[in-house]
Amino acid sequence: MTSLWARVEPLLARVQKPARYIGCEDGAITPQHGAGRVSWLLAYPDTYEIGLPNQGLQILYEILNERDDAVAERTYAPWHDMEALMRQRSVPLFSVDTHRAAGDFDLLAFSLAAELVYTNVLNLIDLAGVPVRSDQREPHHPLIVLGGHCAFNPEPLADYVDLVVLGEGEEVIGDITEVVRGWKASGKTPGSREGVLRELSKVPGVYVPSMYDVEYDGPMLRAVTPKYADVPATVHKRTVADLGQWPYPKRPLAPLTEVVHDRLAVEVFRGCTRGCRFCQAGMITRPVRERPAAQVKDLIERGLQHTGYDEVSLTSLSTADFSGIEQLTRGLATLGCGTPEQAASNVGSNLSISLPSLRVDAFTVGLAGQVSGGRRSGLTFAPEAGSWRLRQVINKLITEEDLYGAVESAFSQGWHRTKLYFLTGLPTEADSDTLGIVDLARNCVQIGRRHTNRASVTVSLGGFVPKPHTPFQWFGQNTTDELRRKVQLVRDAAQRAKGVNVKWHDPAATLAEGITARGDRRIGPVLERVWRAGGVFQEWSEFFRLARWEEAMAAEGLSVEWYVNRHRDEHEVLPWDHLSAGLHKDFLWLDWQAALAEHGLEDCRWTPCYDCGVCTGYGIEHVVASPVPPAGGSQGTGQDLARGGEVPVALLTRRPEPVAVPASIEAGAAT
Amino acid sequence: MKLRVRHTKLGKVRFTSHRDTARHWERAVRKSGVAVAYSAGFTPRPRMSFGLALPTGAESLAEYLDIDLIDDITLADLSVDDLCIRFGAALPVGYEVTHIVPREAGATSLQEDVVACTWVITLDGVSTDELVDAVAATLAASAVMVQRERKGQRSTDDVRPAMLDLSVAPATDDDPRPRLCAMVATNGRGLRPTELVGAMFPALDPVDVAARVLRTQQWIERDGTRREVIPAAPVAACALPERA
Repeated sequence: MTSLWARVEPLLARVQKPARYIGCEDGAITPQHGAGRVSWLLAYPDTYEIGLPNQGLQILYEILNERDDAVAERTYAPWHDMEALMRQRSVPLFSVDTHRAAGDFDLLAFSLAAELVYTNVLNLIDLAGVPVRSDQREPHHPLIVLGGHCAFNPEPLADYVDLVVLGEGEEVIGDITEVVRGWKASGKTPGSREGVLRELSKVPGVYVPSMYDVEYDGPMLRAVTPKYADVPATVHKRTVADLGQWPYPKRPLAPLTEVVHDRLAVEVFRGCTRGCRFCQAGMITRPVRERPAAQVKDLIERGLQHTGYDEVSLTSLSTADFSGIEQLTRGLATLGCGTPEQAASNVGSNLSISLPSLRVDAFTVGLAGQVSGGRRSGLTFAPEAGSWRLRQVINKLITEEDLYGAVESAFSQGWHRTKLYFLTGLPTEADSDTLGIVDLARNCVQIGRRHTNRASVTVSLGGFVPKPHTPFQWFGQNTTDELRRKVQLVRDAAQRAKGVNVKWHDPAATLAEGITARGDRRIGPVLERVWRAGGVFQEWSEFFRLARWEEAMAAEGLSVEWYVNRHRDEHEVLPWDHLSAGLHKDFLWLDWQAALAEHGLEDCRWTPCYDCGVCTGYGIEHVVASPVPPAGGSQGTGQDLARGGEVPVALLTRRPEPVAVPASIEAGAAT
Repeated sequence: MKLRVRHTKLGKVRFTSHRDTARHWERAVRKSGVAVAYSAGFTPRPRMSFGLALPTGAESLAEYLDIDLIDDITLADLSVDDLCIRFGAALPVGYEVTHIVPREAGATSLQEDVVACTWVITLDGVSTDELVDAVAATLAASAVMVQRERKGQRSTDDVRPAMLDLSVAPATDDDPRPRLCAMVATNGRGLRPTELVGAMFPALDPVDVAARVLRTQQWIERDGTRREVIPAAPVAACALPERA
């Protein structure tokens, strides 16, 4: 129960970046543990630099520590050098706040943003001194919890975790705390672990995999059914109805060492209804809920004062869609945290605002130009597909005019470099679509050369991984060979296009992502084999080896083709069918059929509901301040914006911008 | 108005790097609301310049930096104590701002000005007798050769000239381990504390031996006399005489 600091400290002289392990951030809390308090260790299963800025984890950290019956600390995946020393000297996984052993907490909760970190989860459970398989744990071991976007198909980890939280955590962590508090007070007696898990399985939004039986019919899944009558047959996600009631983080963590997004982040809205069919984030976070503009401003002012940052990132899935974004950013431009005189006279610490996930249109770029504080490092857009036809298939309805207008605006305002994100291996993609990527890039360079000879365009190409709870969940992922061929097509064509550079994600990693994204419980032992063979930090290309995954699949007698490349049919039982993000399965199927018919679907934020199931099913609504779509471009939602766009519903929606670029390490800031 | 600031860096925060320290100060200056001057250009930065880098993992009682305030403010407008408190409150735990003085007219940068610094190094796995012997042997040697590598270049250097003074500090009540006091020259390539320990105890791993590394003073020369950049009361644990 005491601090491990005296044992950790001597290791720090021998590792790279020891500041990863010391905590001490501005905003960190010194928690008071006690018998009446449920202790949570919130874990981000990647390095400190990637994990620290994670907003979800910071929000839950603060909310839990405000409760008088809970405490929360944080931990991140130790880098290889640190892990080796820890194992050699028997130092278990510890929190960075008070250097308390992970095994001393009541819950060890992981935030999962991407599939390739799953083996790190197993590694951290093991490093905590906890048996990796849930059926081998004793009452004194922490409950292992999963949350985050990957929780919507946790089946590959089902036998390794105790409970899974679907959806947003703000409210449900309180419900879980209360159940665990009772269990802790009762002394966690022998045999009581199953009892508390059964109680937890009744909490809305909580899925306890061990409470379900899984039946197979040959390779096919027949059913996942509750073992007991009081365990729900379908687990529904939790959603916060009003983001304005959750103004967190109030004291954002400002790290003592460099991290990936080293700036203040303020979430301006949650959810997205643009309806990009490849984008899991846009499907599972509906509906759109904007934060009141006044609260956004307040969070920024206080956050700047508290952290001393001079840059704020307004986060969401498509920030230019925030109602009144122009007024908001204009009001912020003179904020900063020097003296009032400095702010008023625009001397010194002017605030720089970054808008990640830019919509592709000239209006948005104009906005980015106004607020970027003069920084012109680079702009990133995500057209995602090379032809209008294919963009209709994926419902990312950006016209070429939108893109060229955006690029013209960027180069004319002083940017030299533009990055364009594309997916390849999309449904119905033909070589002409793939090659269209290079045509778009070449045209963008030509537009840029009218403004600067240094104009260049980088095409970033990711292999498409179909994700659960999206209309593309039935689609068979392209084989690795096919993805390699398409990447090569683009590279060859780009060689003849001056100023066009191509970067691409390794199709081998895309395959491993495909194995886990739509895997069932039989994939669990595969993950365990990959981990035991040393496969951690799999999203870091220097540590990824596809052979480990292929060997593990073969050893388990599983077919890569069956899991990854096979098209599913309408009636197949999917491994996540008992888990719900609120979307009707028949809505997703119809949207899949519409995709194949090359039909776009409008953003329901400003148009009538097409009943995807979320608002109606959960009795919640879009919370959008403006009844009209944003000025200056529609990102081709198909809406007739010329009409002025009055909408017959009182509270409306918009549609998301895709950020679901796989292998997410670099999918970060826009500039 | 140009300020010279002295501060400590003690405890867990010692595991942050010199670059991190610059980042801590930049944020602290903004948080403090003190009217600091900013650089011109697209990305204005508070005008600050830092002295000798403190190795990651080492603590210090004597770190320095220069900060420029906006032109029309003088120290007379501000209380030094208040300024120390405002900066200190805005910095992470482990920093204490101990002195702020106006920078002398025509002063060169800290990097050029400082000629030596003093380290107190708490040693693990070495007895007081062994340390006394090693100090005597090292001081008696005409040359001390060490092999070191920086930026991929291996070299063998005589580091004896950089060792201006070595002595043994008495153990304290709460830590019986022997402590080495070393004044080392900082011009040229310099001598890191772990390199010094490695040179004195070549058979041992300096990372293990140098259990705690504390910089206690930084020295400049004025009129042929060596003095601290901003003089503070002598450190009781290791009272080195000021020497010409």
